[in-house]
Amino acid sequence: MAEIIEKIVTTDEIKTDEYLVNMGPQHPSTHGVLRLLLKLEGEIVHNVEPHIGYIHSGIEKMTEALSYTQIPHLTDRMDYLSSHMNNEAVSLLVENALQVEVPERVKYIRTIFDELQRLASHQLWWCASGMDLGALTAFFYGLRDREDILDIFEETCGARLTLNYSVPGGVMFDIHPNFQRRVKAFVTKFRKTLPEYDKLLTGNIIFQNRTKGVGILTKEDAIAYGVTGPTGRASGFSCDVRKHHPYSAYPYIKFDEKVGTGGDSFMRWKLRMDEMWESLNIIEQLIDNIPEGDYAVKMKGVIKLPEGEYYQRVETARGEFGVYVVSDGKKNPYRVKFRSPGFSNLFAINHIAKGWKIADLVAIMATFDLVIPDIDR
Amino acid sequence: MIHQNMQNCTTLKIQSMTNEQLIEKLSAAYPDAVIKQGNQYPEITVSFDKLHAFMQNIKSDSPLAFDYLVCQSGVDYPAHIQVVYHLESTTHQHFLVVKVNTENRETPALDTVTDIWPTAEFHEREIYDLLGIKFNNHPDLRRLFLDDTWGFPLRKDFKDDIHVVER
Repeated sequence: MAEIIEKIVTTDEIKTDEYLVNMGPQHPSTHGVLRLLLKLEGEIVHNVEPHIGYIHSGIEKMTEALSYTQIPHLTDRMDYLSSHMNNEAVSLLVENALQVEVPERVKYIRTIFDELQRLASHQLWWCASGMDLGALTAFFYGLRDREDILDIFEETCGARLTLNYSVPGGVMFDIHPNFQRRVKAFVTKFRKTLPEYDKLLTGNIIFQNRTKGVGILTKEDAIAYGVTGPTGRASGFSCDVRKHHPYSAYPYIKFDEKVGTGGDSFMRWKLRMDEMWESLNIIEQLIDNIPEGDYAVKMKGVIKLPEGEYYQRVETARGEFGVYVVSDGKKNPYRVKFRSPGFSNLFAINHIAKGWKIADLVAIMATFDLVIPDIDR
Repeated sequence: MIHQNMQNCTTLKIQSMTNEQLIEKLSAAYPDAVIKQGNQYPEITVSFDKLHAFMQNIKSDSPLAFDYLVCQSGVDYPAHIQVVYHLESTTHQHFLVVKVNTENRETPALDTVTDIWPTAEFHEREIYDLLGIKFNNHPDLRRLFLDDTWGFPLRKDFKDDIHVVER
């Protein structure tokens, strides 16, 4: 017996075989129906193979039979936490193609909604990834504060998640009379709550040990894999569409593009926390200055885009969202392609998770902030 | 009634070449490619047998340096299937649309660009899944979303009485 133990200790002759384990499609940390086929040696991850398509809904095919006023309503089923930005992308594409200038009021309302939605999305990301890493308290804090934003959405446009608010030509309804007052109250309140988030997790030594230095994505890899959004910016890849290709009211305001260094899980975490502060700044600059005017321009009943190809990019809470439309001049598009940020981001995980343990993979997944319908489309 | 202090505060990153200069440079270097200014971006159509060498060049050529593949899409046209690459340079901030047509619709095949931009691996798997284009030298060309019983649903002649509603 002693001989065998000595053999195990002194040589590495007895090796654990590699074996395959399915993580998901029902695993809580994959946040939806994503299956990762892990190749493991003991607890060490050797390969991560994402299997997707469980909720592939064929939105691109469906849009070929829909009109340009109907398409935005499908897009908020993709990344349901950035539904307004997705709606806005299609609206902007149609407006730019027809060279329709929307009223200033619309631009301001859309931008405020963008940032509120980004905050709501980051709050949900914050609480859910806290839960993934074993801090359940975070979940209750995040959902409690997110409720304030959803109530504001509900009051103006009737929906809490899939807003359907931005349509080609403007927004669907004017803002509710309470909107400005409630947004300002929320910003004041959230400025006090946000430091609590840091106290709860960011400064926590257990949390830091689990994320610092874990899953490093270099800047070169971020560009090569097309990783955008806060995930890409944490690696130093300056890719904020709001800054580089500004749309709506973003050209009018002062804000910083947060770019990190290092690209580990903690930096991705830190960057989203910083982005929340920046979103509050943007909302504060806009909320008192919403110009008077119409909330939409009258569009034709049947919208036909001139023959040609169009590409529109916006920044969602997850990264660069692109819509590519090929029009043959009819009322339905010939082909629509959605470039969703989650799709490109997901496939960088295999590259950076190799050599880490399963628990670290959970930390990487948590800080990548994946939304599965965004990937499956 | 825009707030006066808030006019155009954003500092844009400046393209180091204008679109016209980009088109000029590309047409000098690739005389047999079709280059034009599209609605928004310069567009270049290259032949399928020169695709890989062309892509390799525009990535490694430092005045061009297209290092970020933003989007890769497939479009089914009556005579051929087209793959459209949206490329951006993170150093020079310019944008280019590259189009390549397959030789025919029956056995569409193109060279992969996975070795140039790793993100293309999954874009190409998606295009193979939905449009049936084979990518030569692709490391792992399998279906991505659908199972093997499906045809290629984004093709215009795809018929499915259950899942597709004709309008």
